[in-house]
Amino acid sequence: MDIIFTGLLLGGTYALIALGLNLQYGMARIMNLANGETLVAGGFGAYWFWTGAQLSPLLTVFVVAPLAFAVNWLIYVVILRPLVKRAKSRGQLEVDTILTTFGLSFMAVGIMIALFGGDYFSYSYLATPVRFIGETYGLNRVVAFASAVLIGGALWLWLYRSKAGMAVRAIAVSPESARLVGINVPRISAMAFALGGAVTAAGGALVSTFLTLDASTGVMFTLKALIIVIMGGVGDIRGTVVAAVLLGILETFVATLIDPGLTLAAAYLLFVVILLVRPQGLFGRSQT
Amino acid sequence: MTRYLTAASLVALVAGGGAAFAQETLTIGAVGPKTGPLAGGAAVTYWPNVQLWAHDVNEAGGIQVGDTSYMVEIIEYDDQTNPGQTIQAVQRLATQDEADFILPPYSTGLNLAAAPIYDRFGYPQVTSTANTGNVDELSDQFPNLYVTLGAASGMVGGLIDVMTELREAGEIDNTVAMVNVADAFGIELAEEARPLFEEAGFEIVYDSSYPLGTQDLSPVIQGASDANPSSFVAFSYPPDTFALTEQAIIEELDVGVFYTAVATAFPAYGERFGPAANGVMGIGGVNADDAGFQDYVARHLEVTGQAPDSWASPMVYSTFQIYQQAIEGAGSIDRAEVSEYIANNSFDTLIGPIEWDENNNNPAYWTVGQWQDGTYRGIASTGREGEVDPIVKQGWGE
Amino acid sequence: MKGMDTKSLGLAGLVLLVAAGLPLVSDAYLLSIGVTIAMYTCLATSWALFSGPTHYISLATAAFFGIGTYTTGIGIEHLPYWMLLPIAGVLGAVVAALVGVATLRLSGVYFVIFTLGLAELIRQIITWGQNVSGAKGIYVLTSITEEHIYWQLLGLAALVFLGGFLIWRSRLGFAVRILGDDEDVARHAGIHTARVKVLLFMIPGAVAAITGAMLAPRYVYVEPSIAFTPMLSFQVVIMALLGGTGRLWGPVVGVIPFTLLWEAISGTFPNQTTLLLGLSFLVIVYLLPRGFVGLIEGGRARMRAGGAMA
Repeated sequence: MDIIFTGLLLGGTYALIALGLNLQYGMARIMNLANGETLVAGGFGAYWFWTGAQLSPLLTVFVVAPLAFAVNWLIYVVILRPLVKRAKSRGQLEVDTILTTFGLSFMAVGIMIALFGGDYFSYSYLATPVRFIGETYGLNRVVAFASAVLIGGALWLWLYRSKAGMAVRAIAVSPESARLVGINVPRISAMAFALGGAVTAAGGALVSTFLTLDASTGVMFTLKALIIVIMGGVGDIRGTVVAAVLLGILETFVATLIDPGLTLAAAYLLFVVILLVRPQGLFGRSQT
Repeated sequence: MTRYLTAASLVALVAGGGAAFAQETLTIGAVGPKTGPLAGGAAVTYWPNVQLWAHDVNEAGGIQVGDTSYMVEIIEYDDQTNPGQTIQAVQRLATQDEADFILPPYSTGLNLAAAPIYDRFGYPQVTSTANTGNVDELSDQFPNLYVTLGAASGMVGGLIDVMTELREAGEIDNTVAMVNVADAFGIELAEEARPLFEEAGFEIVYDSSYPLGTQDLSPVIQGASDANPSSFVAFSYPPDTFALTEQAIIEELDVGVFYTAVATAFPAYGERFGPAANGVMGIGGVNADDAGFQDYVARHLEVTGQAPDSWASPMVYSTFQIYQQAIEGAGSIDRAEVSEYIANNSFDTLIGPIEWDENNNNPAYWTVGQWQDGTYRGIASTGREGEVDPIVKQGWGE
Repeated sequence: MKGMDTKSLGLAGLVLLVAAGLPLVSDAYLLSIGVTIAMYTCLATSWALFSGPTHYISLATAAFFGIGTYTTGIGIEHLPYWMLLPIAGVLGAVVAALVGVATLRLSGVYFVIFTLGLAELIRQIITWGQNVSGAKGIYVLTSITEEHIYWQLLGLAALVFLGGFLIWRSRLGFAVRILGDDEDVARHAGIHTARVKVLLFMIPGAVAAITGAMLAPRYVYVEPSIAFTPMLSFQVVIMALLGGTGRLWGPVVGVIPFTLLWEAISGTFPNQTTLLLGLSFLVIVYLLPRGFVGLIEGGRARMRAGGAMA
């Protein structure tokens, strides 16, 4: 029982890390290798407001997310759109975006070091126990989990119940047909990309309440997010959430009952096995 | 490249211009991570000391060699935590910048990767952040390599002595939960610890590792907690040192000894956990009451804007002092003469006297420290002055 | 066509011979840059032998490199160094074959992320193995010098080029070319596409493992975070794509300017190294969409056109 709850909480963390990337990769078709740096920047924002002004990270989210939205919008419009226009095929676009966003991630690390220094930023927020069915959990993790549920739910409602959301899903399936039915593909793509950045930065602010980050750690989160997104299925946020929870529970299960040393090995094994059985991911459509 | 002469040293330069002494400049290289996985640690322990040392030397009028005083000019390079880059940067310093001396790189792996280059060009390499268990062979291969931080066996031995003392006083029993980060450092310490714990009559009731970069350590603390140990020992790295402590507070892990390794001595640790940190033990230490150390902390804050840690920071600074004293002692900037001087002399440094054993090892180092009333103090060493008595951990109180 | 191939092979041989003379004339600094260039030449060229025709982007380089590094690290206590290189190569090829059999039906980005996950999986298993087996710090103390490593890497590079050249002219190469143009056509032509891809994938597997094995003495101290750094996989991809994967010599013309640029930036702007490197990636992607090969061939074509007009 305890394993399931601890695993769920960890799954919430993973969902926060990966949801934004799914919007960026699944919808806007940009495999953003600078995603982890957005997360770290969000976390740094939370740290800065907390240590500087005692502003709760839960409120910081509302500062960090719009900022990240704006910055990611600009990045998409200025840097990425020319590549999308130039690309003759999805393969070409993938190669170009891998190179570009890898460069962006380097730049982001450089900028963060120049601004904040390379030191760890770590602070204590809501590190108080919550008791539930005889076990204790960290309140900050519970809060992060609740936020993941909120963010995931809101995204789902938006994608599946609103007109703009439908347009986003349409471009995820086929940008060409979307254009034919009168969807402004460049605009919607930019919005999906910017929204992905905002979700990631908000996630960063939330996970920084219990994870210790520094300017160079972004790449670790990018790797994890990529794996979760691919495992769940590109372009489907339900898949990302399911994959995140699955991974959280598996890691906790292995750590508790087998050997904590094998948690990451088990996670990658699960990833590898899922891809072999269902190459398009849990919820993905098979590629044409 | 960053070549900085501080304002103070410029004043000294101008002021010294009229005196009888000749003014020269000594080019000193420094290579370490500014980015990559180890950048966080280097930003606390390594880079601020480079800046502070250059500042201190120049403010005091430079390094005195006979009638000449040498201002130091630092050239810094970022090795991106990549040994290939460390090698290239040291080569660049040696051949392109023609550095007179090169300060030691950061971490065991990067120091050893660069050791052949230091050796070939005859640069003395007095390391401050390398922790190695293989000194015999290393000192044969690299006669200019010095290790000051200590060896894994000593670090673990110190901890076990402290725990034995507490056990004999009846404060804890012989059960211990031990975890380690599955990276070279954690693996090495855990390997040393297993037989030593057994020899000392301790029973390891929980023994596991976790991968570097684990995002949730609650199963580890829970597993340890279920084994109901009297002591908890973690050979951990910075992010997990913080995570393990926070989880232990949340789960109210009830132990008499709570030990985490790297980063326990960081000022950020005390700031983050406040009174809950009281009684937490960590790897390495310092004589916190020593006036020299307190002065160092004040200068560190003033010059770099941040506080040093209470273990490796003063060690790093001390090795820099060795370079300075050796140059002055040898009365020459010739590397061979300075190396010769380092090999055959002892040095009076920030952490106290340093002399070498037959393997160019500093045999007297801090092994364990503890947070006591908001200050991190050394509680065990292999021959340093100022050890205080350990206290037993009394819960995580508010 | 055939004659031209032999000619360029001769040219490549000449270039390698000149490169081999570097340690005799240069100082240690240039040599250390030479080692970096030779290392990435082996990695990127073998990477492109597989990825060029198949269009699969593999991020598994770090996994194979790490396997090789650990082969030397653990084996140096028991076996002579020279035996470790082929052992590393065989290990790398076997792992690559296993992975290939299992995964090559994945396409596009799934394969990319799969190889990334694989590299981490292998790293985790080896680290865990080191932890439970109680192997302490792994030191590789040998008398192998920078010159030796450089020559070994050049030798490996020569083998990779020769291998690539021979494959190109063999039946396998014929199959690879058809496969690169159109996989369906290849299948209809009776080419066993899966087998071809697995065979091709074993090349970067073996070469990266041997490269890792050769570099272990240079690093002296072997630890997982150094041997399996994911950065290595990305760098190899960047350099190879920067050069261009359509030609055997493509990756080299990416590796050389990239390494020199990296070195220039590291040396000149130590506090902004990462920032400027990132910026230069962007500039390269925008100004050289087809890599250096595209630039060079474009230049050649223009010259030819200019010549015709004159």
